[in-house]
Amino acid sequence: MASSIVQFDDVRKTYQMGLVIVEALRGVSFGIEPGDYISIMGPSGCGKSTLLNLLGCLDRPTSGRYLLGSEDVSQMSDDALSSVRGARLGFVFQSYNLIQQLSVLENIEIPLYYQGRPEAESRATALALASRVGLEARIEHKPFELSGGQQQRVAIARALVNDPLVILADEPTGNLDSTSGKEILRLFDELNRQGKTLIMVTHDNSVAEHARRAIRLRDGLIESDVRR
Amino acid sequence: MSAANPTGLFEGLLHDLSIVRLKRTVRLGIKSLWLHRLRSLLTVLGIVFGVCSVIAMLAIGEGASYQAQENIKSLGSQNIILKSVKPPEEQKVSDKGSQSYVMQYGVTYKDVKNIRATIPGVTVVMPSRLIREYAWNISRRVDCEMVGTVPWYPEMRNHRVAQGRFFTETDMEGRANVCVLSAEVVSALFPLEAPLGRHIRVGGNYYQVIGVMEPRGPDVKGDEKQDTSKTTGKYLYLPLETIKLRYGEVLMRRRTGSFEAERIQLHEVTVKVHSLEDVASVADAIKQTLEHNHKKKDYDIVVPLELLRRAEDTKRIFNIVLGSIAAISLLVGGIGIMNIMLASVTERTREIGIRRALGARRHDIVLQFLVETVLLSGAGGVIGVLLGVAIPFVVTWTAGMKTIITFWSPILAFTISGLVGVVFGIYPAIRAAQMDPVEALRHE
Ligand SMILES: Nc1ncnc2c1ncn2[C@@H]1O[C@H](COP(=O)(O)OP(=O)(O)O)[C@@H](O)[C@H]1O
Ligand SMILES: [Mg+2]
Repeated sequence: MASSIVQFDDVRKTYQMGLVIVEALRGVSFGIEPGDYISIMGPSGCGKSTLLNLLGCLDRPTSGRYLLGSEDVSQMSDDALSSVRGARLGFVFQSYNLIQQLSVLENIEIPLYYQGRPEAESRATALALASRVGLEARIEHKPFELSGGQQQRVAIARALVNDPLVILADEPTGNLDSTSGKEILRLFDELNRQGKTLIMVTHDNSVAEHARRAIRLRDGLIESDVRR
Repeated sequence: MSAANPTGLFEGLLHDLSIVRLKRTVRLGIKSLWLHRLRSLLTVLGIVFGVCSVIAMLAIGEGASYQAQENIKSLGSQNIILKSVKPPEEQKVSDKGSQSYVMQYGVTYKDVKNIRATIPGVTVVMPSRLIREYAWNISRRVDCEMVGTVPWYPEMRNHRVAQGRFFTETDMEGRANVCVLSAEVVSALFPLEAPLGRHIRVGGNYYQVIGVMEPRGPDVKGDEKQDTSKTTGKYLYLPLETIKLRYGEVLMRRRTGSFEAERIQLHEVTVKVHSLEDVASVADAIKQTLEHNHKKKDYDIVVPLELLRRAEDTKRIFNIVLGSIAAISLLVGGIGIMNIMLASVTERTREIGIRRALGARRHDIVLQFLVETVLLSGAGGVIGVLLGVAIPFVVTWTAGMKTIITFWSPILAFTISGLVGVVFGIYPAIRAAQMDPVEALRHE
C-alpha cells in the first residue's frame, strides 16, 4: 500500500437536489499502484462519472480522504486543485474535447501553457508527442480537419504532455468506429507497457478486457475489484 | 467548491501576471476573435462610432471656438466699443420718404465727455470718425480711409509713429490741416520722395504730412467695414476737430430722386478700461449713461471681454454636451460588448471546462476573457481614432471650416475605450471563471 499513487479511503459523495439527497458514492476505498491498467464498469447511475471526477480532482469528496502521490487533495482549494490537474493528471474524454480554434500542436501544449512552462520547451515536448501518436504531419491542422480517431490521438498526446501520474479516460472509444477504437486501445496498451497508469470508464466488455484490473460499481459502492 | 470570491480572483491574476504570459494570452485572444471576424467587427461598432464622433466633434468645436475667440480678442479684451447704429424707426422713414431728410443718430461728443467725466477707471477714450475719400499727391491718387481721431490714438492701438510725429492737442484745438499717413499710403503716394513736410490734397483741401506710422500686419477688425479690399491698410489720420470742421456732421448720400443725409457725430468710440476686473462694471456704467442721454437705441455697445466669456461659456456647455454624448455612446458600446461577451462565454462553456480540466485556474480564465474584451474595445478605439482624426481633415478640405485636433483627445478617447473593455469585460470574465468544471465539461 505504501507504493500506491492513488489512495481512496471511505470516499463519499452526496448531491443535494432540492430536498432530495442523492448519495452518488457511499464509501469507496481502493488504491492504485504505478503501472496499473484499470477498467471501471457498472450500470448507468452507479457513480462511475462521479468517481472519475473525484479521481480527476474536478470535484471534491463530501467526506473521506483522497491521496494523490503523497498529497491529500480531498479538501484542497480550487486553485490548488487546478494546479494538481495541470501537473499530475491526464484526461481523455469520450468526445475528444479539443479546442476548435487551436491547432493540433497548440492543443497538445495547453497543460504546459497553464503551468507557465517556457514556450520553446513546451513546443518541443508537444512536437515529440505528436509524432509518438503518429500525427507529426498534422500539427498545424485544426481539430475539425481530422477524423475522430485522429482527434482522440491528439487528446491522448495532450494527456501525456505533462507526464502525469495517472491518465483518466471516460469512454475513450465511445464515439469511434471499431477500427479507430482498436487503434486507440492499442495505443493505450502500449502506453501501459511503457509504465503509464491508466484508468478507463467503459460500458464495453471487449474494451474492459484490455485492462488488467476490473472494478465494478453498483449503487455507489465497489461491487468487485478483480485483477487478471 | 469553495464560494468563488472575486477579490481572490484578482489577487491571483495580479500575482501571476507577466509580460510573456500576457503576450501569449493576447495572441490566443486574437485567434479566438479572428475565428469570428464579422461578429467581432459588429461588436465593436458602437465603440468605433462613439470614439470617432467624439474626436471629430471636438475637433470641429475646438476649431470654431478658436476662430470666435481670435476674432473677439482682436477687438481688445480691455476695450469697450460703442458704435453708432441707425435706429430701426429711422430706417422706415428713410425708406418711405422721397423728400430730403436729415437723420440724426449715433454716439455724440457729449457722450464721450460724460463718460470721461463721470466714469472712473477709464484710461483713454478714443472717438473716431471714418470717411472714405481719394487722397492726391499732384497726379498720384489713392483710395483711402480718413480717420478723424484723437492725439492719443497711437498708444491706445499700440501703433507707433515711424517718422515725424503724431498730431497733438494743440493741432486738435487749432483744427490744424495736418495728417499722418499709414505706411501703405506712403508707398502709394510718395514712392520716390520723402513725405514729411509735403502736402496732400483730399477733396478741396490741402493737408501737411507731419508723420508716418509704422507698417502693420493685416487689419484685425475685418468684419466692421465694407469694401475693405481697396482701402486695406490705407489710412489717413487727422485731428477729429479738423474733420468736423471740413465735413461737418452731415454726410450726404445721393439716392434715386432724392438726397439722403445722415448726421452722425462719432462712428465709433473705443473706451479702454484700466484693469480687466473693471470691464464689466465700466460697461454697465456706460450703458446707464447712454440710456439716460439717448431716447432711441441708436448705439451699440460691444464688450469683447463679455463676448469672450460668453464664447467660453458656450464652449463649456458644448464640451459638457459632447462629454455626455461620448459617455452615452461609450456606455452603449460597452453594453454591446458585454452582451456579446456573455453570449460568447455561454457558447464557449465547454472550452472553459476543457481548459479548467487541463490546469487553468479561475484567474487564468478571467485573464483570457478580459484580454479578449479589451482587445475588442481597444481595436474599436483604434479604428474610431483613425476615423475621428480623418473626418476633421475632410471637413476642413470640403467645407473650409477650421478644425483643431487637440493632442490629448485621441489619447483620451483611446484610453477610455480600453477602460470600457475592462469595465464591461469583468462581469463576463467572472461568469466564465466561476463555472463549475464538471458542469462546464458536460455542457451541450
Ligand atoms: N451534479 C449532480 N447533481 C445531482 N445529482 C447528480 C449529479 N451528478 C450525478 N448525480 C447523481 O449521482 C448518481 C451517480 O451518477 P453518475 O456518477 O453520473 O453515474 P454514471 O456515470 O455511472 O451513470 C446518479 O443518481 C446521478 O443522478
Ligand atoms: Mg456517466
